Amino acid sequence: MDRSPVLRLHIPEPKHRPGEAADFSHLRLPRAGSVERPPVDSGAFAMRDLAYALIRVLDDEGTAVGPWDPQLDADTLRRGLRAMALTRAYDERMYRVQRQGKTSFYMRSTGEEAVAVGQACALERDDVVFPTYRQSGLLIARDWPLVDMMCQVYSNSADRLKGRQMPVLYSSRAAGFFSLSGNLGTQLSQAVGWAMASAYKGDHRIAAAWTGEGATAEPDFHHALTFASVYHAPVILNVVNNQWAISCYQGIAGGDESTFAARGIGYGVPALRVDGNDFLATCAVTRWAAERARSNLGPTLIELFTYRATAHSTADDPSRYRPADEWEKWPLGDPIRRLKDHLVGRGEWSEAQHEAMRKEVEEQVRAANREAEAKGTLDRGPLPPVASMFEDVYREMPAELRRQRDELLGGR
Amino acid sequence: MPAMNMVQALNSAMDVMLGRDPDVVVFGEDVGYFGGVFRVTDGLQRKYGAQRVFDAPIAEGGILGIAVGMGAYGLRPVAEVQFADYIYPAMDQLVSAAARLRYRSAGEWWAPVTVRAPCGGGIFGGQTHSQSPEALFTHVCGLKTVIPSNPYDAKGLLISAIEDDDPVVFFEPKRLYQGPFDGHPERPAVSWAKHPLGAVPGEHYRVPIGAARVARAGADVTVLAYGTMVHVALAAAQETGVDAEVIDLRTLRPLDADAIAASVEKTGRCVIVHEATRTGGFGAELAAVVQERCFYSLEAPIERVTGWDTPYPHAFEWQYFPGPARVGRALRRATEG
Ligand SMILES: Cc1ncc(C[n+]2csc(CCOP(=O)(O)OP(=O)(O)O)c2C)c(N)n1
Repeated sequence: MDRSPVLRLHIPEPKHRPGEAADFSHLRLPRAGSVERPPVDSGAFAMRDLAYALIRVLDDEGTAVGPWDPQLDADTLRRGLRAMALTRAYDERMYRVQRQGKTSFYMRSTGEEAVAVGQACALERDDVVFPTYRQSGLLIARDWPLVDMMCQVYSNSADRLKGRQMPVLYSSRAAGFFSLSGNLGTQLSQAVGWAMASAYKGDHRIAAAWTGEGATAEPDFHHALTFASVYHAPVILNVVNNQWAISCYQGIAGGDESTFAARGIGYGVPALRVDGNDFLATCAVTRWAAERARSNLGPTLIELFTYRATAHSTADDPSRYRPADEWEKWPLGDPIRRLKDHLVGRGEWSEAQHEAMRKEVEEQVRAANREAEAKGTLDRGPLPPVASMFEDVYREMPAELRRQRDELLGGR
Repeated sequence: MPAMNMVQALNSAMDVMLGRDPDVVVFGEDVGYFGGVFRVTDGLQRKYGAQRVFDAPIAEGGILGIAVGMGAYGLRPVAEVQFADYIYPAMDQLVSAAARLRYRSAGEWWAPVTVRAPCGGGIFGGQTHSQSPEALFTHVCGLKTVIPSNPYDAKGLLISAIEDDDPVVFFEPKRLYQGPFDGHPERPAVSWAKHPLGAVPGEHYRVPIGAARVARAGADVTVLAYGTMVHVALAAAQETGVDAEVIDLRTLRPLDADAIAASVEKTGRCVIVHEATRTGGFGAELAAVVQERCFYSLEAPIERVTGWDTPYPHAFEWQYFPGPARVGRALRRATEG
């Protein structure tokens, strides 16, 4: 007789849905400074606890504490603060111009600025980054011109990508910023390949790639970990766990059963889990991983624990699937405010300076936008020449494509 | 009869099938609680529970893999791929598994999987939210490929697909979700409410897989079209005054070659229209079928009007999209010769 129970299918559910109050009291958040910092040549198994911990440098008072404090000087921190504020102001402005109908679509990274900007702080300018659409802060931290980014968002006459890509799918070879893909996950194994090539060539540059926690379910994430592990690729693989993948909470990607950082352990890839809203911590863990990669010790997997403060995109309405007050209740706060408080606490910044900087970056964005709009918007033009759509399919335009181009131009 | 747009009609098809058959399950990215990014599964989780209508991890290969496994057990999975542009990670499960399971096991195993995916352009989605990859699937024996052009057919065909014991790839032209778009983006959007094919029975009915429909009877030239292009072809016929017979194929594989032949033998001329890229597109297969079946009836070369052989460019949606002007010029060329 079979005494086993009737099987039941488990479907994960988030703790709270719209109409309910958000509550993050179930999260285990270790005290800032309490997590050890292992030597960079540690193995994945030896340092496995870090995949389940949460590395935090800034405590509740805004003081930097513990072994992960990267000891950054005040100028570096002020630059980081400014890049984060600029990223937010840029996002707000571009969100607004989309709402005004001047372009088709936009995606913000609000609340996640310490990911891109904090991590950029730990990379060399010539390291190549393979981001997702939510790390435009990397371009901003690398001082890439806002006008150039905006022209891409408008698909206008000055868009270097010739109006081909949806807004925010930037590319900048000069900024070491790989062409963004709309197809999730593909950049991860590509970053590993780039890093292997760098090692093969005896180069000194490393690669870094990002994914949302949702897209870790794609096979590319697992390809990336396998190949990076096998070939000790000099690469940093980052999972930005912002809790939501459009309407799906992180449990749908497997986050209820384990951490995303812990995925690395099974592949033998050392893994760190970090407070993604703590600029000092994101910079510190990335430095650790970069040092490892540069010393031929191989890859690191980093989970950045954060929260997607705004909608997935301009096509999304989060009030349909999550409590309205989640962002207010998010226990790890706002990355900009936290770094500001730290600098103020160190006597290196003041509320008045902060307010002045906020106005300054807003003005900088406004001025850039005036310049970009003068080069065209998607709704009114001018756009790139229409015949350019046939270019770059191949290096040389084949005869059949030339014929098609002439057909379009000739209105045949 | 209730007026439904295509989203509601598709929703009604799944609603009916979930209600009739406890083996039907529906899943995909954002499909459960949220009801899909295009709202096609809206309300189904609330009605049938999360065991039967649920969110899937972002892994199209995984979605199709579990669909094959569920189908092998005996369920009738209805999987959504959020955009046809994201179906490629699922290619191996579709091509090597779903399509061949019956053949390789000599009928011991099969997977009655339905994969729904929004396709086509017209929403400024750029190259990753606009593709029409149907020809990649029509090339695969063992798969059926369906593309409806209106709410009535969408519901009846989806029910047929779910009941079918073979795997069906079901493409939904997203530009038709809300109304019969005829390729004139500058004109006010038209809804399905007043369209005869927006009248959709609430209950169960089938539109058979493998049967084309005459969308407009005509004497001078046959237009072979499917999905959004059916409406574009109708607009082109009206605007040019060419008395075209517009055939809505509805199913690309199996193909209703008899309906095609009957029309081309009558008109002696043929224009093929699709939004997908030209080279190796389904139009090439259609031209071959017309040539094989109707060679001696043809009075002019077969014309193809298609998307250009480039990715779908974000800024040039309407220069890329084969609109009524281009179709109209082809109608004239085909009828002048
Ligand atoms: C291969 C693929 N499948 C599906 C999509 C549609 N899609 C775009 S973003 C997204 C959610 C991604 O969530 P996550 O990886 O957590 O990143 P986040 O947006 O939260 O930063 C989905 C499903 C896609 N772009 N590519």
